[in-house]
Amino acid sequence: MEFLVASAVGVLTAGGVYLLLRLRTFPVILGLALLSYAVNVFLFASGRLAIDMSPILSKYGDASYTDPLPQALVLTAIVISFGMTAVLVMIALGAFLEADSDTIDIADADAASGKDGES
Amino acid sequence: MHWIIAPVVLPALLAPIIGFVTRHDIRLSRIASVSGTVLLLAVAIGLALQAAGGETTVYRLGSWPAPFGIVLVLDRLSALMVLLTAALALIVLLHAIATGWDRRGRHFHALFQFQLMGICGAFLTGDIFNLFVFFEVLLIASYGLMIHSGGRERMRAGLQYVVMNLAGSTLFLFALGTLYASTGTLNIADLAAKVPQIPVEEAALVRVAAMLLMIVFAVKAALFPVQFWLPATYSNAPAPVAALFAIMTKVGAYAIIRIHTLAFGPDVASTEGIAATWLFPAAIVTIAIGALGVLGARRLMPLIAFSIVGSMGTLLVAVASFTPEAMTAALYYLVHSTFAAACLFLVADLVMSRRGGDSLTTMPPTAQNGLFAALFFGAAIAMAGMPPLSGFLGKLLVLDAIREPGAMPWAWTAILVGSLFTIVGFARAGSTIFWKSTSLALADEATGGSAPATGDMAIGARPGELTPVMAAIAALALLAVLAGPLAAYLEETSAQIFDREGYISAVLTPEEAAE
Repeated sequence: MEFLVASAVGVLTAGGVYLLLRLRTFPVILGLALLSYAVNVFLFASGRLAIDMSPILSKYGDASYTDPLPQALVLTAIVISFGMTAVLVMIALGAFLEADSDTIDIADADAASGKDGES
Repeated sequence: MHWIIAPVVLPALLAPIIGFVTRHDIRLSRIASVSGTVLLLAVAIGLALQAAGGETTVYRLGSWPAPFGIVLVLDRLSALMVLLTAALALIVLLHAIATGWDRRGRHFHALFQFQLMGICGAFLTGDIFNLFVFFEVLLIASYGLMIHSGGRERMRAGLQYVVMNLAGSTLFLFALGTLYASTGTLNIADLAAKVPQIPVEEAALVRVAAMLLMIVFAVKAALFPVQFWLPATYSNAPAPVAALFAIMTKVGAYAIIRIHTLAFGPDVASTEGIAATWLFPAAIVTIAIGALGVLGARRLMPLIAFSIVGSMGTLLVAVASFTPEAMTAALYYLVHSTFAAACLFLVADLVMSRRGGDSLTTMPPTAQNGLFAALFFGAAIAMAGMPPLSGFLGKLLVLDAIREPGAMPWAWTAILVGSLFTIVGFARAGSTIFWKSTSLALADEATGGSAPATGDMAIGARPGELTPVMAAIAALALLAVLAGPLAAYLEETSAQIFDREGYISAVLTPEEAAE
């Protein structure tokens, strides 16, 4: 169980970082999505791994419960990263339509067009 | 009693009203936005007066006792930052309205209010996960403001900015997960109470979390090696938005001051020396990058952006000492550099809109060349740290506070040489734009072939456009004149920052027991 969760976080993060370094909008958006999945799984694990336990304290003295706070944190993180991804897609689309290029690095484009500073 | 939450709730309620109700009527939007910001300023002044007594006021949402509920905490530092935000916001907003920037795209005022909500929330919250949430609020509003009115370069720079900050947010969440796994709490006061109890040999996870948080805040504060997003972002943002962003780097500095004195303080054995070891060299390099950038810039906006990078370096050099004296200097410099940066961007906007671009080349002078030159000169000497404006006093305080033998040669050299480079850079820009342009006009007149200034260039600035800039310069002058009383207040503030026990007991004592 621990191995499964840990390797899932590791693989997702590695894939996310790799895609992030591609510096083209589509891979970068996918990479950020993978990273946010990785962090969501990671947040779940931060309240220790527990299976088949409810996140509420039983009043009959049954002490087996799982920490509810990470679940709340994950929920918040999911909502935020979902919204952010939507914003990112829109801005990326806008930038692509304006500039006819989906690279994220600006410097090379400027060097090619010689637009900056020389005028 | 409920006033503490007003700086968050007021813009949060106003923004949707502006966005949904008044979006078709620019005049109604402006009235709503300005009156909201004036109200915010009034509330901020009230909160600052309340906090000036030295009491740490805690607002428990839903009356849940900390650390189980969410708390907002008002002490001198938070009150100072909220007041600074409100004052800056009003200046920037008036400029944006007077120059018509708010009409060049949609939803400027709604996004502006959401931005203020996020910034004020980040300054007031006493819970580190809420700090993350408010960071996201201010970021998502800043994405919209950054690409306001569009354009090819701006959209691309905006995309870069968004990607950079989303990666930063993910790192923030990783840090929070690590922190929660090792301490079981995310309340800042509770963290401050628990982290020192962790034995040093078991503190590896906490150290990782502290370091990750430092990187996240460094991204926000534009600290080396994660400063590279700032020049591209600020120089391509609309100028009033860039002026408002002057407070955003300070959110990162505030978070470093708050978290790395309280939770991972310099005297806490388990995380000892993390901040000081890494923060100091990084800040020195940041000053160097800022200074070189100012010298190398070929356009006005990147020049100002790099001078902000340099000022963040100076600010964080002072913070890195983690002594009350240095913190006092850092806070004074923080207030000063916020106004100086905003003032530079606003002046640059007035000049650029008449010159039709921000390249550092000679052109026939615009209308009111002398006035703009004087305003630019005032803002530039403030930023570079020349007397008589507050930049000189700020840098003097910082230099005076860093007397530790190991740090002093590095810090003094970096700050003094950096200031020299900044002066040279600004002098070069100013003489090219304002001075050589005049001689160009004289030469033209001599040959008799001069074309009179036409179009935008001939339009002088209206009083409404000049007032916000004048207000910013007046704030800088006021900071210099009132340096004595202000320094006394900031001394009390930094004493409160280092009073960890006071903060912890104020937040964690149950409400009934406190009364």
